[in-house]
Amino acid sequence: MTNAAMQGTYLGEGSGPRAWLLTTDHKRVAWLYLISLTGFFFLGGAMAVLMRIELATPAGDLVSDDGYNRLFSLHGIIMVWFFLVPSIPATLGNFLLPLMIGARDLAFPRLNLASWYVFIFGSLFALFSVVAGGVDTGWTFYTPLSTLYANGWVSTAAFGVFIVGFSTIMTGINFIVTVHTLRAPGLTWFRLPIFVWTLYATSLVMVLATPVLAASLILIVLERVFGIGIFNPDLGGAPLLFQHLFWFYSHPAVYIMILPGMGVVSEVLPCFSRRPLFGYKAVAISSMAIAVFGFLVWGHHMFVSGQSAYAGVVFSFLSFCVAIPSAIKVFNWSLTLRKGEISFETPMLYALFFLALFTFGGLAGLFLAALAVDVHLHDTYFVIAHFHYIMVGGMVTAYMAGLHFWWPKMTGRMYSETAGRIAATVTFVGFNLTFFPQYMLGFNGMPRRYHTYPPEFQFWHVLSSAGAVVLAVGYLMPLFYLGLSLFRGARAPDNPWHATGLEWQTSSPPPPHNFKTMPVVTRPAYAYDMKGLEHERFSPYREEAAE
Amino acid sequence: MSGTESVAFDTPQREQRADTLAMWVFIGSEAMLFGGIFLVFLIAHIDSGTAFAAASKHLSLPLGTFNTAVLITSSFTMALAHTLALQRRWRATVWALAATSLLGICFLVVKGIEYSREISEGLAPVLGLQFRYAGPDPKHAEFFFGLYFAMTSLHALHLIGGIIVIAGMIALWRTANPDNRLHRVEAIGLYWHFVDVVWVFMFPVLYLINR
Amino acid sequence: MSFGVPFVPQEASSQAGQVDALFYALLAFSVALGLALTGLVVGYAVKYRIGSKADRTGKRSRSLPLEIGWTMATLIVAFIFFGWGATLFVRRDHPPADALEITGLGKQWMWEFRQPGGQREINELHVPVGKAVVVSLAAQDVIHSFYVPAFRIKQDAVPGRTTHIWFIATEPGSYHLFCAQYCGTQHSEMGGWVTVMAPEQYAAWLNSQGEGETLAASGEKLFRALGCSGCHGANSKVRAPSLDGIFGRPVPLDNQQTVIADDRYLRDSILNPKKEIAAGYQPVMPSFDGLIDEGEMQMLLAYLKSLSPQPTAGARP
Repeated sequence: MTNAAMQGTYLGEGSGPRAWLLTTDHKRVAWLYLISLTGFFFLGGAMAVLMRIELATPAGDLVSDDGYNRLFSLHGIIMVWFFLVPSIPATLGNFLLPLMIGARDLAFPRLNLASWYVFIFGSLFALFSVVAGGVDTGWTFYTPLSTLYANGWVSTAAFGVFIVGFSTIMTGINFIVTVHTLRAPGLTWFRLPIFVWTLYATSLVMVLATPVLAASLILIVLERVFGIGIFNPDLGGAPLLFQHLFWFYSHPAVYIMILPGMGVVSEVLPCFSRRPLFGYKAVAISSMAIAVFGFLVWGHHMFVSGQSAYAGVVFSFLSFCVAIPSAIKVFNWSLTLRKGEISFETPMLYALFFLALFTFGGLAGLFLAALAVDVHLHDTYFVIAHFHYIMVGGMVTAYMAGLHFWWPKMTGRMYSETAGRIAATVTFVGFNLTFFPQYMLGFNGMPRRYHTYPPEFQFWHVLSSAGAVVLAVGYLMPLFYLGLSLFRGARAPDNPWHATGLEWQTSSPPPPHNFKTMPVVTRPAYAYDMKGLEHERFSPYREEAAE
Repeated sequence: MSGTESVAFDTPQREQRADTLAMWVFIGSEAMLFGGIFLVFLIAHIDSGTAFAAASKHLSLPLGTFNTAVLITSSFTMALAHTLALQRRWRATVWALAATSLLGICFLVVKGIEYSREISEGLAPVLGLQFRYAGPDPKHAEFFFGLYFAMTSLHALHLIGGIIVIAGMIALWRTANPDNRLHRVEAIGLYWHFVDVVWVFMFPVLYLINR
Repeated sequence: MSFGVPFVPQEASSQAGQVDALFYALLAFSVALGLALTGLVVGYAVKYRIGSKADRTGKRSRSLPLEIGWTMATLIVAFIFFGWGATLFVRRDHPPADALEITGLGKQWMWEFRQPGGQREINELHVPVGKAVVVSLAAQDVIHSFYVPAFRIKQDAVPGRTTHIWFIATEPGSYHLFCAQYCGTQHSEMGGWVTVMAPEQYAAWLNSQGEGETLAASGEKLFRALGCSGCHGANSKVRAPSLDGIFGRPVPLDNQQTVIADDRYLRDSILNPKKEIAAGYQPVMPSFDGLIDEGEMQMLLAYLKSLSPQPTAGARP
């Protein structure tokens, strides 16, 4: 990869392990994360494929009961904490945040590298528990099962997640301080790209919610290792206390997982419609509203847990409230297309698929927020379908959109557009085939975390398992054509998509400190329709000499 | 770009503002950690208030009070270190920092004495040790002591972290340039005061309920 | 079910129809909104694709009336669905007064039910059609959940507590019972059938099971065997509070407070007697924590609830 054309860019600045493993350049740290996270994605995905193969038949014939329980537990733990939570922030966020605000790097470059090492350190514990036989508590670690009855590597896995939480907090602090203190001259808050807004909102949730997860996991380890009975009813403790603590983090965590994806889509849709984002301010403010409201709804995971009906009513009300900002964003995204000039490159395809799948998953959330209906649907496949539509259909799709959108910027190469469009379509079809049947399963009463099931459910399970195979193909394809592009792809120009945004005003790939001269911002974000600029295609910012 | 530790900042002043903001955000994060555990305690207290009050009487009020005074004094010496650093009186600053960490160590020693006392009296339901409690409602008293050990050991861990950082700062004092020295003292000062504030909440909640 | 593929679950309880009405309303709204948005986005994508001759004058990138409009509309729709769901939900706490009382015990990895007449069932529950049934749920070890999809009901069984769920079955038949809270190795096998029968058949079935000991009768035997009657009995030398009519009665405590003797109070008094001392009595009752399991606890509670108030000489503290 390093050759004459890379000289002067961040990729040409030293090669070999030391230059990468001891880097403080945010762009290289982003690659460190990208490679590790891709590995975890496929590890978690492999577990999912095994589960779906098992579930194609009602009997439990592929793996044992315990084996299946460990598969779904590890699938959840790996996908949530070792892929989704860091995904967009640690890869695209790390790479693009300084570029988008006109800074040379993040506020704390060494903290950034340290966060990756902390992530890797934590993942060693998780990987150990995978290899040594696994965990069978579910990713939710409910007590007293996890504290008193589970026999797997619970403390090890919990400790690994605990460590990785620190990595999240470090990233969050870095991003918050960067956005506050390193914006280029003229870049006021309401001129920021929405991707920056969502990274900021995500970072707030990261630093405020993750410590509560740390507290819940510490208390589990204290109970298992030191015998302190916080959740043990025989010692005066309460099992439900764990659920409150756990979901107080884990509900905001799902917003950590989706907000950055919303940010990516807010960049891609305007670019390929050649229109500004509709209702920019509303989208920015609703991102913050989602972050705040997300802290108030945790009890909607506990409607039938034995918590009081009154609490249930309050949480249901607040859960409907939190749906509103998301709905607003969907309307704003849809209207961005109006009177545009729409083209369907790979990033745009992914963004449009996001719109469909996120909306569909979000509507299912309304069913779950409605108390009486949730009583029937809770702990069934309906919930599984809902959160996979949001996290995979939403977040992973947005991640792919962003990866393809900024790939030329990050690597200086173009990928095969045909391969990209095919992979996007294959994922869309495979995804729906996998997860739509699960809504049917849930409504008809199929509980989740079931290794075997009554034979009448088999039809939907077979459809779902077939879809999983298609989805796997769709996700494997980019490994090949993106990888190939690193060697054979056409050289990318500075701004192949003619997009607004400071990141496009520097070379592809960028130089080590991002900009030759620091930019000064004079225009709003997404200035695709400003008068007199139609011919520009596109260079919206005036560059001035550094102070 | 000279004088800044991070390549992103143009001037040390801007970097210092960023460092301070970062420390406040970190403190917000820590507040959520301790907040979570305090909440567990307070919810448990609603149910078992009388048992908790009776159990609390078995903690050593003299040692706890002494420790509170020690920690508050250490915050004073830390504030002193900051004032001295603002005046660029570096040698005096190092003395003040050393005094702070020594007071921190004193707190830990006294805490260790309390722990060993509680263990020998059979009031430590940890590591499978026998719990011998003669008062009413031993089940909830046991819960109280479990929470007591969880909360105070978490606090002590944070104190140890602060002491290690101060020790590291003192060790690397000569190599740091004056601007860095000042804002490092400010950063660790904020953290130390936070750890003190946590104790100021923890002490009455654990030692003083219903006295 | 068409071709044996489940599309719509059976409605077999009085609540099922009401829950389904809300479900289908949500579905209709989702389909309508989904189609509208799909039409809009696909329409725009086609009409305004690059190179098309559509009219692009008059473009705007915000519209306050529109934004306020759709925000208000979503708020109104949201609150309608919230209110509807909440209204149905709060009925869970109010079983009809004449409900048949069944106890259900979840343990790894089976359900054990007891009919009022004492008949025991493992992984099966027989109930009469058209009559309200309330199941008191307990868990021996970890959290389990009692779920009957056809009735649209679900309730977690939590160790250390008693929870309740009620229903009125409306269609004779056999319906799946599942454990819906992951509970360990054999979670997927922890289920069975709820069989709903016409009242005559239910009575016949009860008879054919034999009059097992009622739960309360088992509880009475346990009360003696554990030595409770030694202190709480009428002729006891040790002064202990009389338990006649105890359930639901206010109990003055030695700290000037008064509590109602409910499930929780009785349970705590047996497992942790020093937690709340009745006014005027010494705290000498031993704890039975670890000596009885959840099933035995259910028997004792049933016995205590069955004690009606009787005048006893010298019982007032």
